[in-house]
Amino acid sequence: MGGRMSEELDPRGHVLVPEHRVLSKEEGEEVLRRYRVKPHQLPLIKSSDPVARAIGAKPGDIVEIKRESFTAGRALAYRYVVEG
Amino acid sequence: MRPQRVIESIRFSLLSPDEIRKMSVTSVVTADTYDEDGFPIERGLMDRRLGVVEPGLTCRTCGGGPKDCPGHFGHIELARPVIHVNYVETIFELLQSTCRKCGRILLKEEERERLLQEMEGKEEWWKVSEKAVQTAKGRQECPHCGEEQEEVKFEKPFTFMEGKGRLTPSDIRTRLERIRTEDLRLLGLDPSVRPEWMVLQVLLVPPVTVRPSITLETGVRSEDDLTHKLVDIIRINQRLAENMEAGAPHLIVEDLWELLQYHVATYFSNEISGVPPARHRSGRVLRTLGQRLKGKEGRFRGNLSGKRVDFSARAVISPDPCLKFDEVGVPEYVARVLTVRSRVTSFNLEEMRELVRRGTEQYPGAQWVISPDGKRYDLRYADREELAQKLEPGYVVERNLRDGDIVLFNRQPSLHRMSIMAHRVRVMPGHTFRLNLCVCPLYNADFDGDEMNLHVPQSEEAQVEAMILMAVQNQIISPRFGGPIIGGIQDHITGAYLLTRKETLLDREKACQLLMQAGVEPVLPEPAVVREGVEYWTGKQLFSVLLPKDLNLTYRAKICEGCSRCKEEECEKEAYVVIENGELKRGVIDAHAYKALDKCELWDRMVKEYGVERASEFLNHVTRLSIAAAEMLGFTTSIDDEDIPRIAKERIEEKIEDAKKKVRELIEAYNREELEPLPGRSLRETLEMRIMEALAEVRDRAGQVAEKHLTLSNPAVIMARTGARGSMLNLTQMAACVGQQSVRGERLNRGYVGRVLIHFKSEDLGAEARGFVSSSYKDGLKPLEFFFHAAGGREGLVDTAVRTAQSGYMQRRLINALQDLHVEYDGTVRDDRGVIVQFLYGEDGADPMRTDNGKAVRVDRLVEKIIGGGAK
Ligand SMILES: [Mg+2]
Ligand SMILES: [Zn+2]
Ligand SMILES: [Zn+2]
Ligand SMILES: [Zn+2]
Repeated sequence: MGGRMSEELDPRGHVLVPEHRVLSKEEGEEVLRRYRVKPHQLPLIKSSDPVARAIGAKPGDIVEIKRESFTAGRALAYRYVVEG
Repeated sequence: MRPQRVIESIRFSLLSPDEIRKMSVTSVVTADTYDEDGFPIERGLMDRRLGVVEPGLTCRTCGGGPKDCPGHFGHIELARPVIHVNYVETIFELLQSTCRKCGRILLKEEERERLLQEMEGKEEWWKVSEKAVQTAKGRQECPHCGEEQEEVKFEKPFTFMEGKGRLTPSDIRTRLERIRTEDLRLLGLDPSVRPEWMVLQVLLVPPVTVRPSITLETGVRSEDDLTHKLVDIIRINQRLAENMEAGAPHLIVEDLWELLQYHVATYFSNEISGVPPARHRSGRVLRTLGQRLKGKEGRFRGNLSGKRVDFSARAVISPDPCLKFDEVGVPEYVARVLTVRSRVTSFNLEEMRELVRRGTEQYPGAQWVISPDGKRYDLRYADREELAQKLEPGYVVERNLRDGDIVLFNRQPSLHRMSIMAHRVRVMPGHTFRLNLCVCPLYNADFDGDEMNLHVPQSEEAQVEAMILMAVQNQIISPRFGGPIIGGIQDHITGAYLLTRKETLLDREKACQLLMQAGVEPVLPEPAVVREGVEYWTGKQLFSVLLPKDLNLTYRAKICEGCSRCKEEECEKEAYVVIENGELKRGVIDAHAYKALDKCELWDRMVKEYGVERASEFLNHVTRLSIAAAEMLGFTTSIDDEDIPRIAKERIEEKIEDAKKKVRELIEAYNREELEPLPGRSLRETLEMRIMEALAEVRDRAGQVAEKHLTLSNPAVIMARTGARGSMLNLTQMAACVGQQSVRGERLNRGYVGRVLIHFKSEDLGAEARGFVSSSYKDGLKPLEFFFHAAGGREGLVDTAVRTAQSGYMQRRLINALQDLHVEYDGTVRDDRGVIVQFLYGEDGADPMRTDNGKAVRVDRLVEKIIGGGAK
């Protein structure tokens, strides 16, 4: 986390922000393989997104989001990090 | 078939006079259409070169008949140019932003360069041109030739003034001609179009196929509105030309020119503001080009995006409780017209032959025969016996609709998928579509004149698909919440209650009669009671005949009052329902057993555990049994069901008086400033809330008093308590007290200064002055109460009207946004580009329709089922 971070609010502790994690290259490829998609067919997240900045996600990364789900208890989602 | 092509782009543009002349097959010069013998006049508006519409004639241009000649354009050379009304605004901008002398855009060379550069390669280049035009408009002097500019004014509908003088269309045309092509983009125009084309010299005449004349039965020919309009244009054009030739005074020429402008303008659109619409001789407003396109019945909404289909019918609907709920009653005269394509096979050869023989004359017959080589034989004219003999596998017969056919039935607005369902046909006499009452909630249908549509799928594939995906039985469970939405309604509930309550005893004749009417074998169990040698059966026994023999179920009925300590099996109100091994042991059947959109414990269990087939059979039988029971046992309701004894009335009046007094006390306390404010509220708000509270309470209290006398011996109460129709609130409002009326959640307070009506003193906060209705509906409202009630009622009406409009629009937008989403085989939800929207449908991958009231698994039921035993 860069020095700028310390002056910004880190959203990760907030109750409404689910857990985000940058996937390793292998894990990311596994996700693309599993869903048979090209990166741009995943939902996107901007690298300027507060959470993306907090976890240091760079364009080209894939982020895994663990959400609480009303129907399933817990649900996984993936986002492709894009410039912006 | 031709290879498929993708449309890359569509360009709308202007026609140049040369293009118009090139497109044209003839110039049109005479205003007359037909000669005395009824033949089209050459160079008239019906010239045979413009195409033909009447059978037997051939087109002079392409030689085709009315079927293959597409029609051909002609043109009219205008004696003087006129402005195209649809472009007045653009013309105005151009006149303002270009030089009156040299025609250059009024921009300095460097401004021009800069803006052109900015525009370069930009997708929204026109935004830059807007800026360019704005700058140019303000220039007083031409940066190119130094000419002083005069202010151009536009007077609606099509007059342009410069300084004091008027700009004629000719002047305008010359000015537009001077505009340089390299300036066009900056002016917001496509450089392949010349601006002077917005002033018409030549008018395109559409082919006769676009404006066919119709011959009435009397033999009188009637022309299309467009033809009428063109006749006017040619007439004035001619007069203008003659007058100009003859050197008529300037004023007369001007007038005729103006008239020509009017006619050409109204030819394009007859709804220009500030222009009196052109009328037919009869006084009817002409429907010209613009009107043909615009509006609901116009070309776009009415023809292009509006779809009409064959093999469909529409009729008023009416109820038929004797139909199965997946059937639809179709009048015979409709079935005589609608057809189904039936393939002839070796199995149905004889049957098809018979249908062909009967043809269109006798009802189950056929309309068309299609031979394997694709030839169609119309059975109205063909030799039917010969055709029947020729019939062999491979032929297709378009036979009439008959019992058992699969059709799609629909009622608008089609808000959810249950608005179109597949039904099986029952052909019957009468003139209306008939449907079972159980499906009314799905279509939101009633019988006060509602109409519904019916479509007949033609191919076997379509029929099978309709049956699998759209059959009524497959829609019993709602995809919204995973519970039944088809079920009993109204009398089905009342009837079942009357039948299953404990006092109902039936002798052999009546018991058999009921079962027959329900449509089941009248095989009776052992009689429950034998009195003086006569056998009696309870209603519960009869009801149990319909239940599966291994059904075990316990639940609380709708009539359960939620006593603090439930007596369960001993409940004397029969609110505790016990079904053991398919026997209704205790409790009554009411809304909680099988009402649509209610808890419907029994019905829900039937559908989910015994399957759609068994459940459908049950519903068909149980609804008929209930209706038969209600008919046999007798059920009626009337205004005196809302009667309560005089003592009760007095008690209610006392309570209302008490409440009014309490309100007065509150107001006095408020005036003395002794009122304790509620947290976060002003004193006035507190007073208002306390008053509302007190008045709401008194209505409930009055209701409670009335309810003591509204028992289950009262038919209206039976309906309310069993959940068949109406509520206890409805009844107490009728019997005891209507209560406080409100607008926007507050007591009524608007009208005059400080009061709603002049009958009260200003600032009177008392109960009566602010819309408390102490009368009951049965007694009738006092005049002032009636007014307050109307005010409150109006809000309800406005709300529903606004809500439907808003939710309709919201639904449209939602559907637009979601229409391309689909669930992939891997469970992901994706759009049409394959972009993932959800990684697992609903995050749990469960289809709500296949869930148990929204839960993927109901563990309690599972356990119960495995270890057995329904009690608990
Ligand atoms: Mg209606
Ligand atoms: Zn032709
Ligand atoms: Zn100039
Ligand atoms: Zn109870």
